[in-house]
Amino acid sequence: MAEHKKEIDKLSGVETTGHEWDGLKELNNPLPKWWLYLFYATIVWSVGYWVLMPSWPLVSDYTSGLLGHSQRANVHREFEAAMSERAETGNQLMEASLEEIRSTPELLEFALASGGAAFADNCAPCHGTGATGFEGYPNLQDDVWIWGGSMDDILQTISYGVRSEHPDTRFGEMLAFGRDEILNDDEISAVANYVAAELAGTEPEDGADLDTGATVYMDNCAACHGDEGLGSKELGAPNLTAPNYLYGNTVEAIEAQVNNPRHGVMPPWIDRLGETTVKSLAVYVHSLGGGQ
Amino acid sequence: MLERRARYLSLEEGGFALLLAATAFMCLIIAGKTFDQVLAFHASLISLAAAVGTFYIFRRYFDGDNEPIPQEVDGKPNYNMAPIEFATWASVFWGIAGFLVGLVIALQLAYPVLNFDLPWTSFGRLRPLHTSAVIFAFGGNVLIATSMYVVQRTCRARMPGRILPWAVVLGYNLFIVVAGTGYLLGVTQSKEYAEPEWYADLLLTVVWVFYLFLFLGTLWKRKEPHIYVANWFYLAFIVTIAVLHIFNNASLPVSIFSSKSYIVWAGVQDAMVQWWYGHNAVGFFLTAGFLAIMYYFIPKRADRPVYSYRLSIVHFWALIFIYIWAGPHHLHYTSLPQWASTLGMTFSIILWMPSWGGMINGLMTLSGAWDKLRTDPVLRMMVVSVAFYGMSTFEGPVMSIRAVNSLSHYTDWTIGHVHAGALGWVGYISFGALYCLVPWLYNKKDVYSLKLVNWHFWVSTLGIVLYICAMWVSGIMQGLMWRAYDSLGFLEYSFIETVDAMHPFYVMRALGGGLFLLGALIMVYNLYMTARHGEAAEARVAQPDGQLAPAE
Repeated sequence: MAEHKKEIDKLSGVETTGHEWDGLKELNNPLPKWWLYLFYATIVWSVGYWVLMPSWPLVSDYTSGLLGHSQRANVHREFEAAMSERAETGNQLMEASLEEIRSTPELLEFALASGGAAFADNCAPCHGTGATGFEGYPNLQDDVWIWGGSMDDILQTISYGVRSEHPDTRFGEMLAFGRDEILNDDEISAVANYVAAELAGTEPEDGADLDTGATVYMDNCAACHGDEGLGSKELGAPNLTAPNYLYGNTVEAIEAQVNNPRHGVMPPWIDRLGETTVKSLAVYVHSLGGGQ
Repeated sequence: MLERRARYLSLEEGGFALLLAATAFMCLIIAGKTFDQVLAFHASLISLAAAVGTFYIFRRYFDGDNEPIPQEVDGKPNYNMAPIEFATWASVFWGIAGFLVGLVIALQLAYPVLNFDLPWTSFGRLRPLHTSAVIFAFGGNVLIATSMYVVQRTCRARMPGRILPWAVVLGYNLFIVVAGTGYLLGVTQSKEYAEPEWYADLLLTVVWVFYLFLFLGTLWKRKEPHIYVANWFYLAFIVTIAVLHIFNNASLPVSIFSSKSYIVWAGVQDAMVQWWYGHNAVGFFLTAGFLAIMYYFIPKRADRPVYSYRLSIVHFWALIFIYIWAGPHHLHYTSLPQWASTLGMTFSIILWMPSWGGMINGLMTLSGAWDKLRTDPVLRMMVVSVAFYGMSTFEGPVMSIRAVNSLSHYTDWTIGHVHAGALGWVGYISFGALYCLVPWLYNKKDVYSLKLVNWHFWVSTLGIVLYICAMWVSGIMQGLMWRAYDSLGFLEYSFIETVDAMHPFYVMRALGGGLFLLGALIMVYNLYMTARHGEAAEARVAQPDGQLAPAE
């Protein structure tokens, strides 16, 4: 089997190489012409590309190519062009008051486009693509505003955040009445039932002591949330008569919040997104329907 | 019973016993001293495996069962088939496992709730489990099994060594177990397709050197004057993977008692080494290795000579020379210098024809035997595999062009491209090889049921088409959505909107993957029935030289 026995393959009429391995033979067909010429063509194209474009490394430099093409320079140029295109309207936006923006169609369109794009990539992960929020993440479509729903309030909140690391952050924390043993379990249960029944308008537990609840409320909660439960935007104390509670308005949920309140954090965006974008965001959020 | 038999420990057995005993001892110390629970588990596992290996070597020694293995039986080579049988079934097992995990993560992408909020079942851990299981566990065992079979038969020589072939097969699968369990337990060095940590890498390095010795040793012992083309490809695969593996995994462990290590390359150099490795894992593992399978199994099954010897030489050398340059096309528009990116792209373009050389040789080998496609679904599978190979190796150079890449990169298009190659090319050529190999290994006339092969073919072809079409559409849509601006120059879509838009395609992809898995399960049944109940081969018409592989 080792000898060279060139033979003619009956089916194709082509000579074999005369080698055989485990019954396998090889025909001695030439390289297909189209294959060879395409191979050469790709090589020629590549050599041409090397001549024109940055390609081969040298000792401390590289061949920069006849076209002087640089993708780094290109991206800087494109970035600059895009920035200067936006700069004019952006500068007007910065100068204008929030009211002026709302009354100037050109500025409003720009702000809504910019704000919408920024909202979708930065705010939607917590507040939802439709800005309707989730448990613990406020709904921005409704009329309930913990820190105020005017343009300026919204701008302030977006810029510096809530309970964030920024020095100008909004800050307010509810006492942990249960965890820190300010109130006992019965009192917490009573006040939660009171808030549910009288303020939130949800179902209290059977046989709940609403009178005790009212007393506890007045002594401990009214200072921030107000006698009527209308809350305080200055302190970030939520309005307890509003339909949407951040962490739920069942007796159980209210008890949990009185016992050991959860405090969400909103990051400050001013340093990350810049003033123009944050301003656009405020206009956009205000326009969602709940703005005051 | 009382008859004293000569006890004799060969140099090979002694050497392995020493190595295994030392490994067992060292791993035991590491397992005992480490605070790292995963390392303790893995060191115990390796220690146990090494101890069992030592025990088996000595048991044979004390049994006195050490007649030298005859190189020939009745004037025919006494091929060593047992390790091949092991690797064959290992590949079947890992294949199913890998496809299943792939289906799970495809479903997780469509329905994130299937992450189950558990660390072990999260996408981040299952994804490397999937890629490693299909590439290295399934593909690797197919390559080991077929290479051992092909190199022996085309050299007409038995593989050298009594222990060495088993060290390769068992050592490699031990590496797979260590790597796979490591992923699930959260051990990773975060390099794509090279996730296993330093100790698993070390194990693989040793096993791979054994593999190289085994392959070279068989070539050395060959009775044929020339080396068959399939063996060139196998050798290129083994040698290059060794080099790639060592350079890409050069790392310093925090301590010998810690599973964590730090890679020695930094920054963009690390990225470049990673993709030099990553692309050539495709080039030499998934291309050269499987081309070797093609060069043996297609002519064998079609019973036709290879189309062109000259083409095989030219495309072989062109392929291995040019592939090694193409890595930078994975890093277009990154901090990689533009000149490196240009070189990677141009070499990817030049690579087109060398890749297609293999396709031509595979397809044209059927000239004069095209009618067999109608009657032989195994051959059809392998030919369709070559067609997918041709398609992927055209798509690859196109995607390496910077302008195309700026759209395709980081999108599902890449996933579609990879799976056209993985499911179509690597999967089908492997299935075809398994359908040939199992009957040969068990001396059966043919596979148990060609009808079931036909079902496997059509079910999985439908799956592949669904998969890659879904990913093409999804990928291009995703790329276009990312770069869409409104009239004022702001982004048209947020990222989450693009994710939302991809959902239906993710469901379609999972369906395609499910069909592919279903097809593979049909194959498992068919292969099992072949081995157990297949019709015995009395007259082996498929073996023109009439050689029978004597059973071990």
